[in-house]
Amino acid sequence: MKKLFLLLTLVSMPVFASGGAHLDEVDIDMNDTASLQRGAGLFVNYCLSCHGAAFMRYNRMAKDLQIPEDVVKDNMMFTADRIGGLMKTTMPEEDAKKWFGKAPPDLSLIARSRGPEWIYTYMRSFYLDEDSPSGWNNVLFEKVAMPHVLYNLQGARKAIFKKNDHGKEVFDHYEMVKPGSMNEEEFDSSVRDLTNFMVYLAEPARMIRTKLGVYVLLFLAIFFVFAYLLKKEYWKDIH
Amino acid sequence: MEKLMSWIDDRFPLTQVWEEHMAKYYAPKNFNFWYFFGSLAILMLVMQIITGIFLTMHYKPDAELAFASVEYIMRDVPWGWLMRYMHAIGASMFFIVIYLHMFRAMIYGSYRAPRELIWIFGMVIFIALMAESFMGYLLPWGNMSFWGAQVIISLFGAIPYVGDGLVEWLRGDYVISDATLNRFFAFHVAAVPLVLVILVFLHIVALHKVGSNNPDGIEIKKNKDKDGIPLDGIPFHPYYTVKDIVGVIVFLMVFSAIIFFAPELGGWFLEKDNFTPADPLSTPSHIVPLWYFTPYYSILRAVTWEWLPGGAKLWGVIAMGASLVVLFFLPWLDRSPVKSIRYRGGIFKAALAIFIFSFLGLGWLGTQPAEGLNLLFAQIGMFLYFGFFLLMPIYTSLDSTKPVPERLT
Repeated sequence: MKKLFLLLTLVSMPVFASGGAHLDEVDIDMNDTASLQRGAGLFVNYCLSCHGAAFMRYNRMAKDLQIPEDVVKDNMMFTADRIGGLMKTTMPEEDAKKWFGKAPPDLSLIARSRGPEWIYTYMRSFYLDEDSPSGWNNVLFEKVAMPHVLYNLQGARKAIFKKNDHGKEVFDHYEMVKPGSMNEEEFDSSVRDLTNFMVYLAEPARMIRTKLGVYVLLFLAIFFVFAYLLKKEYWKDIH
Repeated sequence: MEKLMSWIDDRFPLTQVWEEHMAKYYAPKNFNFWYFFGSLAILMLVMQIITGIFLTMHYKPDAELAFASVEYIMRDVPWGWLMRYMHAIGASMFFIVIYLHMFRAMIYGSYRAPRELIWIFGMVIFIALMAESFMGYLLPWGNMSFWGAQVIISLFGAIPYVGDGLVEWLRGDYVISDATLNRFFAFHVAAVPLVLVILVFLHIVALHKVGSNNPDGIEIKKNKDKDGIPLDGIPFHPYYTVKDIVGVIVFLMVFSAIIFFAPELGGWFLEKDNFTPADPLSTPSHIVPLWYFTPYYSILRAVTWEWLPGGAKLWGVIAMGASLVVLFFLPWLDRSPVKSIRYRGGIFKAALAIFIFSFLGLGWLGTQPAEGLNLLFAQIGMFLYFGFFLLMPIYTSLDSTKPVPERLT
């Protein structure tokens, strides 16, 4: 029995972690409303013009993140007329293909298909690259079509590569070429806000899910006590 | 009330059915942990049907709309996310319950005479459940849904002569498409559940005809009192109904912990690649079925010997099929004079340990790329898996046994 449980625990450890590349840990917290609000601001300003989040509604975001609907209407809604509208992209797919070679993917579920660590690392891994059509490249996602949309915050960096023992070029470190408006710590914190928001975006139910789960488990725990006592009472004569 | 009951009883055997199957169905008094999983399997069946009905109200079986309709359920339908998680995670929980239920039968010899038909009905339920979950997995129309179905359906193409035509007939198209999605939906929500419910009914009718086995593997009906009631039996209701409620609550605690705190369970219950819509032009980096299929998937991929007549793929499919078919013969492969592991000798215990090890090992290897050492391990695992069954007539007759008591211990 004990051995069986041990085996079950062993095999239940995550195996689908992204192979190879190092991903940085990020603190995801659905109770940090301020962080989610800042992340939402970054998202609508920097992501939503090219990408869509076509499964998300503006008024749902307003409600869940405690942003007044007027504020959303006046400052965040660039792509819909009605507050109940979906966060679609304004960029026609045809044009997107022409400009980037590939339409930018919808971001509604990206935090679930890639994982929060991936997004957090990816958004902090851009560097200048003259050979790339957009002028940018990414250490985590080589030859990505997307340019560094946050460069005025982070600044423009170049990446220094070194030859490793096998003669292969590997990333070593970044060098700042032109500083942005934020220092490294501020920028990391902003990307964390953005990642936090995108985790919310991928599963708005997550806001209520964990809170509800506590009550469900508490209820079951109390129910268990009574059910166990009932069973004991019935079984006291069975030997 | 009494008048109403006798009115009904004159027209329908309500009291008789209640007594035969609950209040006067005598079950052995020594059921342990392993005996919770039968009632839990019924709980899961009912839960899947109920949550499935709610999902069907909002789901659109259309290749253009399916993925978005699932997200609509997750976001816009009140409590839709809970129904969807209960159903999708419920599928994995159902398989955990069924595997433990089958394992119980293996350790206590519940498949042995006179319970062979219970085992056979159970095995057919297991196969139907695999079909049910496989077809259900296509419905969200995620990229892993699409490619998983692509890989599994193409297996039928390995059958000589009729293979290609058969694959086309199953898909209803030259590729996995809207036509495939629609027929899978029909099977998933109507045909297979109907078959499952009927089979479960037969499984229980057969069980109540011969009576339940128990951890000692002895027949309680051999020792009856003057009223014909087994001395070691207790009425199923209320004793096992109150006991099973405890089991149900503990199970629901585990189930809820996953639903509310870790619905993806690190990719084991909901795969990352299935949060991307189906895309015939973009193959996931490696295609992995959900965990409950991986032991058989491993066996399929373990056969790589191209010199076999008909090619390795055909024999892989045959081996995978055989790994399930061989289970049907378990009642006749086991030649031991005793049923329960409690009275069996060391050889059987060792064989069973090797079997568990190979099954879990194959399951894990099925999630990994089949190359290098992994492939070799999968091949060894496959031989151990089949060895457990095919050598069973030999080692169970050679094995020593302990004396079996007359009454339950």
